[in-house]
Amino acid sequence: MTTRLFGEKVQRLEDPRLLTGQGRYLDDLGHDAVAVAFVRSPHAHARIRDIDVSAALDAEGLISIYTWEDLPGRLAQPLPLLIPHPALTHGRTAYPLAKETVRHVGEPVVMVVAEDRYLAEDVCDLIRVDYELLKPVVGIEEAAQGAQLVHDDVPGNLGAHFVQEVPAADGRGAREAIEQAAHTLAFRLDIERSASMPLEGRGVYARWDGTDLRVYSSTQTSTSVRMAIAAKLDLPLPNVEVIAPDVGGGFGVKIVHPWPEEILVPWAAMTLGREVKWTEDRREHFVSSAHERGQVHFVRVGFDDDGRVEGLEVTILHDHGAYTPYGIIVPIITSTQLLGPYKLGSYRVEFSSIYTNTVQVTPYRGAGRPQGVFCMERTMDKIAQYLGADRTAVRERNFIQPADFPYDQGMVFQDGRPLIYDSGDYPEMLRMLKELIGWDSFERRPGVGIGIGCYVEGTGVGPYEGGHVQITSDGRVHVSTGLTSQGQGHETVFAQIAATELGVPIERVSVVTGDTRRFGYAVGTFASRAAVMSGNAIALACRKVREKALRIAADALEASADDLEITEGVVHVKGAPGAAVPLATVAVLANPLRYAFDEEAKRATQFAGTASPDLPPVAEGEEPGLEGRDYYSPVRSTFASGMHAAIVAVDPDTAEVEILRYAVVHDCGRLINPMIVEGQIHGGVAQGVGGALYERMVYDAHGQLLNASFMDFLMPYATEVPRVETAHLETPSPLNPLGIKGAGEAGVIPVSAVIAGAIEDAEGIAIDRMPISPSELFHLRG
Amino acid sequence: MKPPPFTYHAPLDLGSALDALAGAGARGKVLAGGQSLIPLMNMRLASPSHVIDINRVPGLDTIEDERGGVRVGALARHSRVERSGPAPLRRALKLVAHPVIRNRGTVVGSLVHADPAAELPAVLAVLGGSVRLASLGGVRDVAAADFFVGPLESDLRAGELAVSAFFPGLPPRSGFAIHELARRHGDYALAGVCAVVTLGDDGRIAAARAACIGVAATPQLVELEGGTPAELARAVQERTDPEGDIHASAAYRRHLVGVLAERAFTDAAREAAQ
Repeated sequence: MTTRLFGEKVQRLEDPRLLTGQGRYLDDLGHDAVAVAFVRSPHAHARIRDIDVSAALDAEGLISIYTWEDLPGRLAQPLPLLIPHPALTHGRTAYPLAKETVRHVGEPVVMVVAEDRYLAEDVCDLIRVDYELLKPVVGIEEAAQGAQLVHDDVPGNLGAHFVQEVPAADGRGAREAIEQAAHTLAFRLDIERSASMPLEGRGVYARWDGTDLRVYSSTQTSTSVRMAIAAKLDLPLPNVEVIAPDVGGGFGVKIVHPWPEEILVPWAAMTLGREVKWTEDRREHFVSSAHERGQVHFVRVGFDDDGRVEGLEVTILHDHGAYTPYGIIVPIITSTQLLGPYKLGSYRVEFSSIYTNTVQVTPYRGAGRPQGVFCMERTMDKIAQYLGADRTAVRERNFIQPADFPYDQGMVFQDGRPLIYDSGDYPEMLRMLKELIGWDSFERRPGVGIGIGCYVEGTGVGPYEGGHVQITSDGRVHVSTGLTSQGQGHETVFAQIAATELGVPIERVSVVTGDTRRFGYAVGTFASRAAVMSGNAIALACRKVREKALRIAADALEASADDLEITEGVVHVKGAPGAAVPLATVAVLANPLRYAFDEEAKRATQFAGTASPDLPPVAEGEEPGLEGRDYYSPVRSTFASGMHAAIVAVDPDTAEVEILRYAVVHDCGRLINPMIVEGQIHGGVAQGVGGALYERMVYDAHGQLLNASFMDFLMPYATEVPRVETAHLETPSPLNPLGIKGAGEAGVIPVSAVIAGAIEDAEGIAIDRMPISPSELFHLRG
Repeated sequence: MKPPPFTYHAPLDLGSALDALAGAGARGKVLAGGQSLIPLMNMRLASPSHVIDINRVPGLDTIEDERGGVRVGALARHSRVERSGPAPLRRALKLVAHPVIRNRGTVVGSLVHADPAAELPAVLAVLGGSVRLASLGGVRDVAAADFFVGPLESDLRAGELAVSAFFPGLPPRSGFAIHELARRHGDYALAGVCAVVTLGDDGRIAAARAACIGVAATPQLVELEGGTPAELARAVQERTDPEGDIHASAAYRRHLVGVLAERAFTDAAREAAQ
């Protein structure tokens, strides 16, 4: 195979289009569509007494106003709870439009359709909603006391309570092991709320032609949005198609489905017989989509004189906001991924998932892992400090060793399967990181500190993803997969895989994602799964196509398929370049209907054998055309890993934190495209820096979000993000044909732990709560 | 985030602009760079009935030397002043937002917006400058000390257009410095200090002025006799009483004023000595 593209730093094929303004995002579509705007609740908790639209009825450009009472059939039911769990005994979801009660500021109450968005917002201003105010429940600990309820029928505001325990080898429980350990520590760790905050908000555009519904949505899962729309609007599935156009970032918030707008906008299009579009604005995104990260953790650890953890007990309060559409995935991931690269003597984790009158919580890049890693890594640092030991030495003593793989952590992971790590080499990774950052030669000086954080990330969760590959008679290769793209570089990496598998130039490969017209079965893009899932599915589909191409070419060249190879899009006999047939010709030969549209078809006749008049033109078991479809369905997740280190300087006067160096060693198995993996890491670290030093959702006691704009919700600019130094370790996954593991979330996961450790090292003050601002650090100094 | 309806005026000369403003009265707003007004309108926090766009009015984009200082016209963009304005403005503007905002935003517009956390009102205050306001009734110059009335509130009256601002130059043996702390580069400061010091014959600081950013309803001006930078900074700090918000506590802001004032006085004194 000479076309070796797998593993190369191939420039991103989508960039010329995206960087020159040729991208087609949701709001670039549907110029003739009428516009939707929503009246959203200004109160965190209230009963709707009356909705008065009379002042709005004569407004210019008004087309229609809808409240919950207008919604038919299943549209009037609560939105689905996507991922039920036995521990989620009190799951609750919102109605598409509030029915009687609003439970967070921003909850949609009235949908307005008008000729354009300006007029729609004017109409919203004229609608009067009379609310009876209820006492809002804000703050996770206050909510956990249950004095006031978010949902009347959820006592204690407790949505879910879950315990998992991995006893010690000798059968002792974690609590017992901690009690009996030589040393114990107990402390509390907090992580505040943040949010995915993609550059492009959500958006939906729908067209109805009387029979068929076409919906464009800025989503991370077009196939599931399609199924949700068909179910909620009672349409036959084949009459619904959903397309994710170019999507300007997702980071988790767009995997939730259906969002109310994803069913309301198509319904309005059907009801009105007009094209209808809703484009979320930033203020809506802050208060009406989803947040994540807010958790409180109470940690107890028992360890021996060397710092080996004999027992760890973590009790988590998880704030899941007003509703649980995505179940309790986030605290489940925290509680399982907390273990990281370590082999603990015993472990007990318990979480309570609590309702508050705030925006609902669903996974945001990292999805509970940053909190878990913060717990584990702060614990390692505290053990080292207690023992006076080097922080890396304590970690090393607790590492799972290379010979231990596959390593069973004894828990159930987010996919409901055993938490078994497939591969990794943590001691080597730590050695590489120490070398990269210069851990052993770090010179201690006032106001400068160094920190480290290690993590293991379950990636590539199932259940499946598929790929379809077609080679047309012009020699072009068309790849499609059902999952979606939000800027990851799928057009490039999937093309690299196809070009490598098929032996064709990458320029001839085109990739389509997230279009249900092209591929109907898919799960979606989240959980660092796209490359693992669709990458392997596409490779398997390519192998089917290649096998067929070689079979047809073998006939045409009167050679054995085993003697053939494909180079630069031409099938030829190994060692005999003259005996060759281009894939374009093979594609023509693959279809017995062979009108001579073009030169390729004419040329193909010279290869065409004489068909037997007694056999069907398409042999039994064959299909016309040169195409293949296959699915990849893994037994369980692959486990990527990484270790980060940072050196920070803290201003002695202003308490400003500057990141002087940031180093990452990362293992996602075999690299498809090292440049793209590094890009993913850089972006993740940038979001991690946001979570460590800048981003928080500030709610007041009334449940008002005080910083719902980019002026006050501080995301780091390029000026605040350090240069990221990267090194790769490749331990191939034995679980899939390509040996790859996911990389999408990696960069963000340990950053808060790393920065907290570095600040603590510089200041000599315990940092147990992130993010941390200069003002907070100033007060910690006392 | 779309503004409510308004009438848009695009006058082609100053007289028409003042006519339109007079007609609009208190319901009119001037659009120059639009970097504050447009977001406020989009968020429906401001809803003027009339927007008078002065971008086509000739003669307002000047940066001219005038006796004792520089006069900056209403349409002089931050980016131009940053390149060719007086030194204190050049330095302050590097801290104002980002290049794309500075390409549109105007110095006079920032003064009229009167955000107490903004840099330029403090620069005008510490230099003792003034703003020139024109209306159908005539022209008046208002000193910085009188111009900034409260947060986002200036002495500009209905029907008036701020046509220019005058930034006096520094006296002999004087230096200027600005120090601030913002959470991110280009953000409004948590606190900041603009300082002007004048050295005596002995080379020590004989007089000092500071205008504090983000610690009061208006740029807070403190005028002091001589002293060391540390003494002066303490004096400034003692006279400020900032409030806390979601980004910084009152105590931290007050602490910052001291730190930043000392840095600013030190740098200004160094410049004065050169």
